[in-house]
Amino acid sequence: MQSDDSSNNAIVVEGLGKSFGDVTAIEDISFEVPRGTVLGLLGPNGAGKTTTVRILTTLIKATRGHASVLGIDVSQNPQAVRERIGLAGQYAAVDENLTGRENLRLIARLTHQPKNTIEGRVGEMLERFDLVAAADRPSRTYSGGMRRRLDLAAALVHRPPVLFLDEPTTGLDPSSRSDLWDIIGELVRDGTTVLVTTHYLDEADRLSDNIIVIDHGNIVAQGTADELKSRLGAVVIELTLADQAQAGRARDALAAIGPSEIDTHGKSLELKVTNGTQALMDVVRILDKENITPVDLGVRESTLDDVFLSLTGRKAGETNGTPESSPIAGEKA
Amino acid sequence: MTAPVTVKPTPIIQHIAWTISDTIAVTKRNLITYVRLPQLLVFSSIQPVIFVLMFRYVFGGAISVPGGSYVDFLMPGIFVQTVVFGAMNTAVGLAEDLRKGLLERFRSLPMSRAAVLAGRTLAEFVRNIWVVALMCGVGFAVGFRVHTDPWVFVSGLALLLLFGFALTWVFAFVGLSTGNAETAQAASFPVMAVLVFASSAFVPTESMPGWLQGWTNNQPVSVTLDAVRALSIGGPTASKVLTSVAWCFGILVVAVPIAIWRYRTKV
Ligand SMILES: Nc1ncnc2c1ncn2[C@@H]1O[C@H](COP(=O)(O)OP(=O)(O)O)[C@@H](O)[C@H]1O
Ligand SMILES: [Mg+2]
Repeated sequence: MQSDDSSNNAIVVEGLGKSFGDVTAIEDISFEVPRGTVLGLLGPNGAGKTTTVRILTTLIKATRGHASVLGIDVSQNPQAVRERIGLAGQYAAVDENLTGRENLRLIARLTHQPKNTIEGRVGEMLERFDLVAAADRPSRTYSGGMRRRLDLAAALVHRPPVLFLDEPTTGLDPSSRSDLWDIIGELVRDGTTVLVTTHYLDEADRLSDNIIVIDHGNIVAQGTADELKSRLGAVVIELTLADQAQAGRARDALAAIGPSEIDTHGKSLELKVTNGTQALMDVVRILDKENITPVDLGVRESTLDDVFLSLTGRKAGETNGTPESSPIAGEKA
Repeated sequence: MTAPVTVKPTPIIQHIAWTISDTIAVTKRNLITYVRLPQLLVFSSIQPVIFVLMFRYVFGGAISVPGGSYVDFLMPGIFVQTVVFGAMNTAVGLAEDLRKGLLERFRSLPMSRAAVLAGRTLAEFVRNIWVVALMCGVGFAVGFRVHTDPWVFVSGLALLLLFGFALTWVFAFVGLSTGNAETAQAASFPVMAVLVFASSAFVPTESMPGWLQGWTNNQPVSVTLDAVRALSIGGPTASKVLTSVAWCFGILVVAVPIAIWRYRTKV
């Protein structure tokens, strides 16, 4: 390509902000994505993830700040940016009346691939995304997972060095999800830089080299998954008590070690601590003294769920009305 | 900070070549829909056929036109009405593409900014050729006769297609602005009804009150209709045709840029 960027960063965002009238979708966001790495943009619904992606993919203009992709300013030279990026948006954008093959052929033509290479490339993509058997059926007949795969294939037909994925696995069943994760992993091994947004913590954990947590249009934390976890207590001690009264007593008794939360059923406690072994011994000693015997006692590594909860005060996806971190919706046929 | 990157601008010739090939690709895509879902074509053809039969046999007896048969007066009206209402398809199709996220994808590609709309309006143009051919067939079957030369009549049909093409650009703007098929349809219908029914499509305007005639005689649908009618049943044509062509280009000059602008800036 014509660009020769000496920088190591595929994406650079500086003081980016976007307002829609009175609504501030993103306030002040800055980050960098080194080439060949995956950045996970994690946040609840309405955090500003899609808005950030839409600015970076030249669909809308920022109100404030700068953003560049492979050293090219997205607002000054959008056309050059478009030649170098792939986008799979929040909803699978495939033409339902075209077959899988026709969809990919269309995108190949519209990205100006040399004519004599198009059929070969389309066939290659169908194979890679396991769509060969369905290639000549209208995509209307595809399952949700197949549509997603077709959508991702369409984003990749022209071999973009930078890929944007906006909530790529929303609405997929667990096996389609992990298929998609494997594909994304392969792309990164081949050198593609990926920015993926998600409100699934396990997804950010699984896919990303670096994670940025955003909420209300601002970055609230960033780092690797491990860094984020250890920053907010590396270990969670989980206790289950016989009844709610005991749970309340246990919480009061353990207040000296650290704050703990009782779950919605009222019988389980979670205590976030940094030094797991020491804290566990303290817990046992205190409970024994108070004559409280837990039904169950365990220690686990803290998850990004815990991190997210303490950073935003909400569980991931809560604004969506589904306080689950794993997708529950089945494939949309 | 990132070192600024210099990107060579695309040469103008290359740009034009891409605009053409992108437009062809999108036109093809839209035409495939009509092949895959022939019911779209069938249903949009049934309505005008029913109109022909109804006006010919149900109302036709009660309406008399000076110096000629009603069917010869009627058919150009049906042609124009069909093309005008058909233009609403453009709004519906684009609103659907918008809702499904397809326009978002197209806008993220390095393709021409005009091609999505041009491909849509050209596909509608092709569809109109089919619909007009069908109308002619039905018209001839119920007694419609051309009183001018065949090639004069065909140039009337060409004018009709040009007018339809101009209108599809207006509806491209409507579809992008409403962003939903039902709203697009609801927003378009009243305007279309005023244009089509307050015209000389079905009854001679002499029967209308004077204030209404000022509108019905000069609005674009009537003007085009009078031109098409003159090209099929005879009479003075030059000034009618020129006025209609002027309307077509006037509409295109305004509608094409604002529709493309809407496409580019759609939030
Ligand atoms: N086109 C728009 N017009 C008005 N408000 C918008 C628009 N797009 C997004 N917003 C608002 O901006 C905020 C961030 O939205 P979004 O970026 O879609 O969040 P996310 O993708 O993280 O769920 C939300 O409050 C949303 O309502
Ligand atoms: Mg979003």
